[in-house]
Amino acid sequence: MQQLVRIGCGAGFAGDRADAALPVIAELARHGGARFLIFETLAERTLALCQLERRRDAARGFSPALERMLPQALGPSLANGIRIVGNFGGANPRAAGARVSALARAAGFPSIRVAVIEGDDLTGSFSAEELAAREADGALLADRPRVVAANVYLGALPIAQALDQGADVVVTGRVADPSLALGPLMHAHGWDWTDWGRLAAGTLAGHLLECGAQMTGGYFADPGWKDVPGLGELGYPIAEVAASGELIVTKPAHCGGVVDARTVSEQILYEIHDPSAYLTPDVVLDITDVELAPDGPDRVRVLGGRGKPRPDKLKATVFVESGVLGEAEISYAGPNALPRARLAADTVKARLARRAPELAIRVDAIGLASVFGNLATSNWGGIDTPPEVRLRFAAQHARRELVELLLDEVEALYCAGPAGGAGVRRYLTPRLASASCLIERERVMPKITFVETST
Amino acid sequence: MRQKVEVPLHRLAHARSGDKGNRLNIALICYDPAFYDTISEQVSAERVAAHFAARQPGDVVRYELPKLFAFNYVLDRVLEGGVNASLGLDGHGKSLSFFLLMLKVELDAALLGRCADQRPQGGTRDPY
Repeated sequence: MQQLVRIGCGAGFAGDRADAALPVIAELARHGGARFLIFETLAERTLALCQLERRRDAARGFSPALERMLPQALGPSLANGIRIVGNFGGANPRAAGARVSALARAAGFPSIRVAVIEGDDLTGSFSAEELAAREADGALLADRPRVVAANVYLGALPIAQALDQGADVVVTGRVADPSLALGPLMHAHGWDWTDWGRLAAGTLAGHLLECGAQMTGGYFADPGWKDVPGLGELGYPIAEVAASGELIVTKPAHCGGVVDARTVSEQILYEIHDPSAYLTPDVVLDITDVELAPDGPDRVRVLGGRGKPRPDKLKATVFVESGVLGEAEISYAGPNALPRARLAADTVKARLARRAPELAIRVDAIGLASVFGNLATSNWGGIDTPPEVRLRFAAQHARRELVELLLDEVEALYCAGPAGGAGVRRYLTPRLASASCLIERERVMPKITFVETST
Repeated sequence: MRQKVEVPLHRLAHARSGDKGNRLNIALICYDPAFYDTISEQVSAERVAAHFAARQPGDVVRYELPKLFAFNYVLDRVLEGGVNASLGLDGHGKSLSFFLLMLKVELDAALLGRCADQRPQGGTRDPY
C-alpha cells in the first residue's frame, strides 16, 4: 500500500475567502500520513504593492492575506500535524515569518518552527540596466529606470529543503504557484529534483490546487448549464498524491461545490499556453495526453501528465511606475437615455481635447458595451433604447493633474451636462506596468532561515 | 444530406479565460464528446481571430486536447495592454470566454438533443 500525501489549498489569491481553509483542515485532520495546507496569496501586482508598503514601513510589506487568513487556520492545522506552506511573504518574508511565529504563540504553539525563504527579490542584485538587458518580450524597461519591484520565481526545492529541516510553516516570497504543492511532495515522497515524471505529476497537482475553488466549482457556475450547489460554502480543493505520482483531486465532504471532469478540465487549461510546455522553475509540464477518470462522487483521477527537464532560465516579473489611472462614472436613465449619455461623452471629450490634448480617453457604456468594448459594438451603434446607461470614462498618464482634469470634467456634468446625469463616482489609482525577464539560474540564490523563537 | 442548424458555441461547450500580460488563453471544453469534431472543423484559429478582429489580434494559435475533449486558444495582443495597462474594466479578459461562446457553428440536427439545455440533467457530462 502506497503512502498517500494529502495537500489542501486554503486560498487561491489574496482576496480569497478568509474562512475557506477551515473545512479543508477538518478533512485533512480525518486522515493520517503527511498532510499539508497551501495558501497562494501573491498575485504579481499584490507583490508590487507589498514593495511599496515596505518602503513606507520596514516591518510591513507582506501579503495582507496573512492577517485575514492565518489567525483562524494556524491553531487547528498545527494541532492536527498539518504543515503549512504559503507565499504570504510578499516583499518581506522575514517580517511575515515573525508575524506567523507570533500568531502561533498566541494560538498556543510557542515552539513551532517557521522557515522563511528569500532570494526572489532581485532589486539588490540586479541593476535596472541588467534587468532591461534580460527583458523577454518587449522593451518596457529600456527607458524607465524607476523599478518598483523585481522578483524571480523560485521553485519547489527550497520549500522541500525547509520541510526536510523540520519546518512546521514555510513562508515564501515569490515562488511559482505549483511549487507550493510540489515542495511538500518532494519532501514527503523523497522525489529527486531530476525525477521529471514525478515532478510533472506534482506540478500538475499544484496547478490544479493553486487557484483554490476554481477547481471545485468556483468561477464555474452558469445557471441551467453548469449548476453548482452551495456556491456560498464551496469546499476548497484537496489532492491525494502517491509516491508514484498517481493523483486524485477532490474536496471536503459536506461543503458546496463540485469536482468532476468539467471543473478539472477548466482548471487544467487555466493560464496555459502551449499544453506541451508549461514552464515552471522545477520542470516543463506536458499535459497534452492528460486524461480524467471519475473516482466516486467529487473525486477525479488525473492521469498522463509528462515531464521534461526544467528550463535553464528563471522568469522574473519587474514592475515600474507608470502614472495614475483615473476613472469616473455617471448614469443616465429613462426616456432618451442613450442620446443624453452620448451627448455627455462627446461634451467631455471635446473639452478634454482642448484642456489636455495629450490625454487618451476611453468611454464605456456599462451594460451596453464595456468589458466586451469594441468587440460588442463600435460607438454603441445598433443598440435599442436601454432603460439606463452608465458611462465610464478612463485615462492614464504620468502626470496626475492631467488625469484629474478628466475626473473634474465628468463631475461637472452634474450642472453643465445633459439632463438627468446621476451618481457620479471618481477614482484615482497609482499604476504599475510590468515586464518579464529571464534570469540565469546561477545568479539566483534561494536562502532558508528559521525564525528565532524566544523560549 | 443531413440537416444542419446554427447554434452558438454556448450550447456545445464551456470556457474559461486566463491571461498573461497582453496574451489571452481561452479553454473551450465540449459538454459532450460528440461535439468535438464539429468544433474541430469549424472553430479554427482563423475563425477565432476573425471573431476577435475588432481587437486586431496578433498571433492566434489553437491547441487540441482530444483526451479532454477540449481546445486551447491563445490570442496575442487582445487585452488592450493587459491588466496593468488597459484602460478597460476587464484587463484580464476574464469575460472574453463568454465572447467566444457567442460564436455560431453549424451543428448536425441529430446532435441537438445532446445540447446541455436539452437534457434533464443540464450540462452534466456523461462519465467517460
